[in-house]
Amino acid sequence: MGMVTESQFHVLAVDDSLVDRKMIERLLQKSSYQVTTVDSGSKALEFLGLRDSNESDDANAPSSSPVTHQEVEINLIITDYCMPGMTGYDLLKRVKESAAFKSIPVVIMSSENVPARISRCLEEGAEEFFLKPVKLADLTKLKPHMMKTKLKKESDKPAKEDSAVLKPEIREEEASVIKIVPLHQEVEQEPVLSKRKATKEVISTDRSRPKYNDITTSV
Amino acid sequence: MDTLVAQLQRQFRDYTISLYHQGFLDDQFTELKKLQDECSPDFVAEVVSLFFEDCEKLIGNMARALDQTGNVDFNLVGSSVHQLKGSSSSVGAKRVKGLCITFKECCDSQNFEGCVRCLQQVDIEYKSLKAKLQDLFNLEQQIVQAGGRIPQVDI
Repeated sequence: MGMVTESQFHVLAVDDSLVDRKMIERLLQKSSYQVTTVDSGSKALEFLGLRDSNESDDANAPSSSPVTHQEVEINLIITDYCMPGMTGYDLLKRVKESAAFKSIPVVIMSSENVPARISRCLEEGAEEFFLKPVKLADLTKLKPHMMKTKLKKESDKPAKEDSAVLKPEIREEEASVIKIVPLHQEVEQEPVLSKRKATKEVISTDRSRPKYNDITTSV
Repeated sequence: MDTLVAQLQRQFRDYTISLYHQGFLDDQFTELKKLQDECSPDFVAEVVSLFFEDCEKLIGNMARALDQTGNVDFNLVGSSVHQLKGSSSSVGAKRVKGLCITFKECCDSQNFEGCVRCLQQVDIEYKSLKAKLQDLFNLEQQIVQAGGRIPQVDI
């Protein structure tokens, strides 16, 4: 029927800590996303189909440039910042420099609240910066980023019928988003039970808010 | 008249609350419980089990590094402490996490005796938490076996 259901969203989670990988996997599953976890930035690139070598991705190469055929479409990458070898920041850069994958939203997680680090990541194109430990309530921030990419993809598709149909298609997706919300009332209510202070979640630097708004208005 | 189930549930409630009040567990442990459901009925036990394995491994690394008399790589110790701090924070192991903070400071200042002390304390602390959580899980099992529901405990 063309409804966008959350089971269609697939998140790639990257963390070198086994405990944290298990956590983020469950957090994402509980939020009804499909999840793939990997333990390093280079494995993430491998999974995406980007070569992890000195060879840079040629932006002029034909659009089907991935070396390995990527069978799953990734709608969001969530990665730990502090990892041996390739850091989350390095991974973010590689993704944003890649013609094929730069539109994939990237979220950074870190156990350390370092404003300079946060700014750097947001400047490089990260959509969100989550302080660890990540909570269920934090994950509600992910959907808008994934929806935006999905909606963009839908509107980029060649129209099967005439273009007048495009608007109704998008409206249908918006309607289904509203339909989905009742299923996740549980998630919406979590913040009430949790004793966390809201300010701890995401650093509300001046950069993060305007950047989010910029992205929204550009749609 | 107090049924067996009611008694066990009360024990469970009291024990859980005491673990929080004595600082063994924090809010994050509550978050872990939220992630457990019919799809993932043993999630909490699985994660804490991974955490304790992590403790053993990392403490082993730290001990080996500190054993290199005269040639201790404090960066290596510090990096293991950082990892341990991360995973203890993720599961709500409040005391372990607190010790890691002190431990990290000792690494940063290359305080050998401090590091050795912290290592001993962290070792004792994670084992203590492991035993307590085992008791908690056993209580849960007993409740279920007696036909009862595990109560939701609001801290």
